[in-house]
Amino acid sequence: MLESLKGAWRYRQFIATSIRHELVTRFARSRIGGAWMIIHPLSMVLIYALILSAVLSAKLPGIESQYAYAIYLTAGMLGWSLFSDILNRCLGVFIENANLMKKLVFPKIALPVIITGSCLINNIALFAVILVVFAVLGHFTPATLLWVPVLTGITVLLALGLGLMLGILNVFIRDIGQLMPIIMQFLFWFTPVVYPAEIVPESLQTVLAFNPLFHLVGAYHSVLAYGQAPSLLALVGLTLLGGGLVIMSAVLFRKASPEMVDAL
Amino acid sequence: MNTNAHTEKQPLLEVRELGKAYRRYQNEFMRVASWFSAVPPQEETWILRDINFDVAQGEAVGIVGQNGAGKSTLLKMITGTLRPSEGYIRTHGRVAAILELGMGFNGELTGRQNVLHSAGLMGFTHAQISAAMDDIEAFAEVGEYFDKPMRVYSSGMQMRVAFSVATAFRPDILIVDEALSVGDAYFQHKSFDRIREFQRQGTSLLIVSHDKAAIQSLCDRAILLEQGRVLQDGQPQDIMDYYNAIIAQKENAQVEVTPLASGQIQTRSGTGEATVTQISLHAINGNPLEVVDVGQEVELRIDIAIHADLPELVVGYKLKDRVGQEIFGTNTWHTHQVERELTAGEVLNYRMRFKANLGPGSYSVSTSLHSSDTHLTNNYQWVDHALVFQMVNMEKDFFLGSSWVMPTIECERQAATRLAPNESN
Repeated sequence: MLESLKGAWRYRQFIATSIRHELVTRFARSRIGGAWMIIHPLSMVLIYALILSAVLSAKLPGIESQYAYAIYLTAGMLGWSLFSDILNRCLGVFIENANLMKKLVFPKIALPVIITGSCLINNIALFAVILVVFAVLGHFTPATLLWVPVLTGITVLLALGLGLMLGILNVFIRDIGQLMPIIMQFLFWFTPVVYPAEIVPESLQTVLAFNPLFHLVGAYHSVLAYGQAPSLLALVGLTLLGGGLVIMSAVLFRKASPEMVDAL
Repeated sequence: MNTNAHTEKQPLLEVRELGKAYRRYQNEFMRVASWFSAVPPQEETWILRDINFDVAQGEAVGIVGQNGAGKSTLLKMITGTLRPSEGYIRTHGRVAAILELGMGFNGELTGRQNVLHSAGLMGFTHAQISAAMDDIEAFAEVGEYFDKPMRVYSSGMQMRVAFSVATAFRPDILIVDEALSVGDAYFQHKSFDRIREFQRQGTSLLIVSHDKAAIQSLCDRAILLEQGRVLQDGQPQDIMDYYNAIIAQKENAQVEVTPLASGQIQTRSGTGEATVTQISLHAINGNPLEVVDVGQEVELRIDIAIHADLPELVVGYKLKDRVGQEIFGTNTWHTHQVERELTAGEVLNYRMRFKANLGPGSYSVSTSLHSSDTHLTNNYQWVDHALVFQMVNMEKDFFLGSSWVMPTIECERQAATRLAPNESN
């Protein structure tokens, strides 16, 4: 574990240029370049904030603003999108980099680090846009904003742990790559992102509680929408779960790596 | 005493009992289960087995073999991308591989940015790469294109940049896989020179190529792989002759190897349906020759016996220099003198006259008897080192090299023209 972290440090130049190149090539030859990075999340937030709020103008308990629903939804999306971005990219990371892994020797840990880096940059851009939009809408929760980095860290831990484990298995059992988008759809709808958790019937609430993302997105809601500190119990639980998953995927990688390149 | 010199130098690369197997399981879930408990694979396919060799510092070793012999697998294991199934590889120092040039290059980025990325992938830091950047740019010689996006490069220019960055830092072991035929002739020479320079500085080379000339000119030693095993390990010239023979080998053909008094190894192969019974070199007056003067007219006599009815026969010969480089070769197919409808028991006497416009040194003659234009179809007999002769320079002016292409040299001298003093101001 320590060895591979050292490897990642030695290859920091490769990691840095990979992340930069990902951004550069995405916006290469477009006229306004990097501005698209703000425009994409901004338009998403605006759609939720203006159109959906106008249509579904129901106020949520606990938020004063008339844009309550939009604020609730955006807060949840910030967490969900980071989780699903990292997970989806980890799922295909070894298959997409097959050629690189077959031809060159480098610490493989660099690959998830690159993914995390580029997903974090997107997430931070989204967060910045959200703050501006919230401020425009008159919704401001400065006291709890410091929790966001903590939540981000936990989300990364969970997404990397689960994503890498599935990504390793996906090299050998390619059905996983096909199955996961379906599971992610289910997971999205079994997590209160586009609907308030309160509208779920009591009996189902206990079932939902088994979904770790229920607690994660819930924490984002508390911090960004309600301006409250998240449940510490939930955070500790999620951190332990995320850490456990990361360790498990590290073990799985060690077992799988002798045969990994053979199967690519 | 000789062995002492070897043991003093610790080998840079040690390969011991190396083997690689691909394992197949009933299904992939069984494979996953096998990582955590003893689950026997359904089938094991060995790609390589029992590979043993050392490579000393500064030594250049060629790896040859037919497609599927396991060359690439071996190189990938030495590079470290594939893990051995048994045995081990011990390397001392940095291993660099030119397996596929331009790995990870991105068309939207400039040459400079790609170099930064690519060298980062080799594990170098920003400071190290920046220090080498000017050299990389100078070596690639792509001019102002270095700061343009790579999608506007020609493929040759991409290769130049790729080679420059791949060889920007001298490795201790350099693995080259067929990649040397990059770019134009000028750049090929330049890249060969760089590789030779590395070798002089102590880099060990491992070269995979089907190019006989490249193996013989660069390598001190060659290893012939056949069906995942080391078939031969020795002098490049001998190995390439043997390799040539097995390519030509057909059913019921035999490859025979005999050591010669000179220390070289003679390879014979073929079906034996036609054989060379005698080969000799003579002066024009008929006297047999062993030493030939530069430019002397000689006659190569080849007597052939036919042992089976053959539809056609092509006779070819090849002159090779001391290190096995081909100097000249032709056959009666190319000269439109194919003999047809031969019957068993016939004897053919060939007399081939040519001017020996060769440089001083030792040369050998290889003969081949076959049908159609190459010995790859119906190889009746192939003999390497069928005849060896010496070239000496008895009366010509001194010259270098293996060919005598003497020019007439003319020089015109023009008197210096003096500028008038008032014009110079």
